[in-house]
Amino acid sequence: MDQAIGGQRPPLNKPGALWRVLSPTGNKGDAIFRSLLLAAALLMLLLVGAMILALTFESLPSIRQFGFQFLTGTEWNPVKSEFGALPFVYGTIVSSLIAIIISVPLSLGIAIFLVEQAPQRLARPITFLVELLAAIPSVVYGLWGIFVLAPFLRVHVEPPLQRWFGWLPLFQGPITGIGLLTGGIILAIMVTPIVSAVVRDVLAAVPSSQREAALALGATKWETTRVVLVNGAPGIAGAVILGLGRAIGETMAVTMVIGNRAHISASLFDPSYTIASAIANEFTEATQDLYLSALVELGLILFLVTFVVNAIARVLVWNVTRKTSGVGGAA
Amino acid sequence: MLSLWNSPRIIGVFLLASLVLLAYCSGGGPSSGGGVITLQGAGATFPNPLYQKWMSEYGKLHPKVHIDYQSIGSGGGIKQLQAQTVDFGASDAPMTDAELKASPGEILHIPTVLGAVVITYNLPSITQQLHFSPAVIADIFLGKIKKWDDQHIKQDNPGVNLPAADITVVHRADGSGTSYVFTDYLSKVSPEWKEKVGTDKSPKWPVGQGGKGNEGVTGQIKQQPNTIGYVELAYAVQNKLPVALIKNASGKFIEPSIDAVTAAAAATSAQTPEDLRVSITNATGENAYPISSYTYILVYKEQKNAEKGKVLVDFLWWGIHDGEQFAKDLQYAPLPAEIVKRAEAKINSITSGGKPLR
Repeated sequence: MDQAIGGQRPPLNKPGALWRVLSPTGNKGDAIFRSLLLAAALLMLLLVGAMILALTFESLPSIRQFGFQFLTGTEWNPVKSEFGALPFVYGTIVSSLIAIIISVPLSLGIAIFLVEQAPQRLARPITFLVELLAAIPSVVYGLWGIFVLAPFLRVHVEPPLQRWFGWLPLFQGPITGIGLLTGGIILAIMVTPIVSAVVRDVLAAVPSSQREAALALGATKWETTRVVLVNGAPGIAGAVILGLGRAIGETMAVTMVIGNRAHISASLFDPSYTIASAIANEFTEATQDLYLSALVELGLILFLVTFVVNAIARVLVWNVTRKTSGVGGAA
Repeated sequence: MLSLWNSPRIIGVFLLASLVLLAYCSGGGPSSGGGVITLQGAGATFPNPLYQKWMSEYGKLHPKVHIDYQSIGSGGGIKQLQAQTVDFGASDAPMTDAELKASPGEILHIPTVLGAVVITYNLPSITQQLHFSPAVIADIFLGKIKKWDDQHIKQDNPGVNLPAADITVVHRADGSGTSYVFTDYLSKVSPEWKEKVGTDKSPKWPVGQGGKGNEGVTGQIKQQPNTIGYVELAYAVQNKLPVALIKNASGKFIEPSIDAVTAAAAATSAQTPEDLRVSITNATGENAYPISSYTYILVYKEQKNAEKGKVLVDFLWWGIHDGEQFAKDLQYAPLPAEIVKRAEAKINSITSGGKPLR
């Protein structure tokens, strides 16, 4: 590591082009500080690069064997050495989408209440409790998911959903309480504390002059909140992206309740599988080289999925916020 | 940012904790004592409680010996043994010919104890213990028998008022020796299973949902009525799960128990090959429980380091003799006498520099 960065750092007593870049003011302390910051930033880049490289290298046997079919294949059968990743990609994206659809309105509600409505003596304990949720280990969420959430959904949520919306393919099939919907809901619960905490900080950073101006113009509380939300939009979008990242990569909690079945089905009641869970479940006992390589390639695809989803989210954010200027900035 | 991290005091406490942890890790490591020999092992999770007990008991007798075992899974254990980063590996399923060929030296299989896989279920209205014949189990897990009141299940369970409900199959989602033993059994009793699914630590299950680990499978079965699945015998006993009687190759319904597992090993000992790599599922003995298996410690026949090799050999010898007394308490079946004899011969054949270590 040191060598890689050392190459960037010129001898401090010899002013050169790089020296001027590092310290426009000619101050030695500034130069040291700047190169430290640069090193930190480069280290991150290097880590990501090294990770992609290692994943690609290890998945070469599988890439060679299956090529592009690995992405489109729906069969995952280690006994016959057939590996296709599509069911895992589908499960990952759909469960994360469910999580975001549920958690974003909820998080916005929590954050708006805490910043705009709640009295101090209520806001503090609620903030504390919400942040406490973020610190619970995911395996605990998973066990709670099996023993509390899944039976609750099976008895009280999924039957009415099927009764009222059973005409949608989303809610057809046998009701077991274990499946894609339960996985998405547990993810929503895990993502909400993170998203709401970030959104709360973003809203708190909106200058009170904005609120005062809106109120002075005779705006209602609701209209004032809208002004605040528009101001915080880029930051809120950043929070959602952060939450999405957590949902896509979550392993333990999801694997406990999603049913771990590599197949694609329109019904949210059916068991499904996510990329992260598949890797965690199968890696320890995979001994054949091709099998291991296929699992590593799954990791590479998880990288890609995260990247693509983030990119799409950012384009959406950019489209929305181009028209407005606000505080916070996409995280 | 989360406001927790904005407090300098909390960051201070965190830093302090990290420092203390760091000091602890770099300081009193187990290998720092004078003259202590450390052995490293890695592998199967199933025998882990027993091996931990062995290591602590053996450590009391031999304070100069320190043995570490990491239960990272059989796959990881075999990989690490092949890379020679551990002194011994451990696996529930014997290594395949291809795996042995890919290893840098001859590897011996030393059986240590036996385990079993049991069928458990959740039928709230039924109080009697269910009985299953092999074909029925295979057809349920193949998805061919879909209802609890299917007449094939009824035939095995006369007088039991089975509900007209759909069967939900629960299997292990993580790769595991438990799945290996169970699918090995199904492959032996059902040609259709052998052809369509086969034997594997993580096969492609025709039906059902997957649970992570014994606890995941048990959780899913306990929380959903009309489910059926399989877990380790030890886990079922400790958690008092309902277990099914299974018809063995002699036509007798056997309740899973430690003695029935040892009986299965004894019944097959005559046919056990020289290298002790053997599947004992569907054993023929009259009282043999049919879904049982050995678990093995894997060692190189030729030990590079004579001093370490001697410690390893002594530990293994102690394990299959004195160590067996701890098996039953932890719900493992001890080896039958004939297999202990044959394991002894294996241990005696371990050498270092061509010289026997015992």
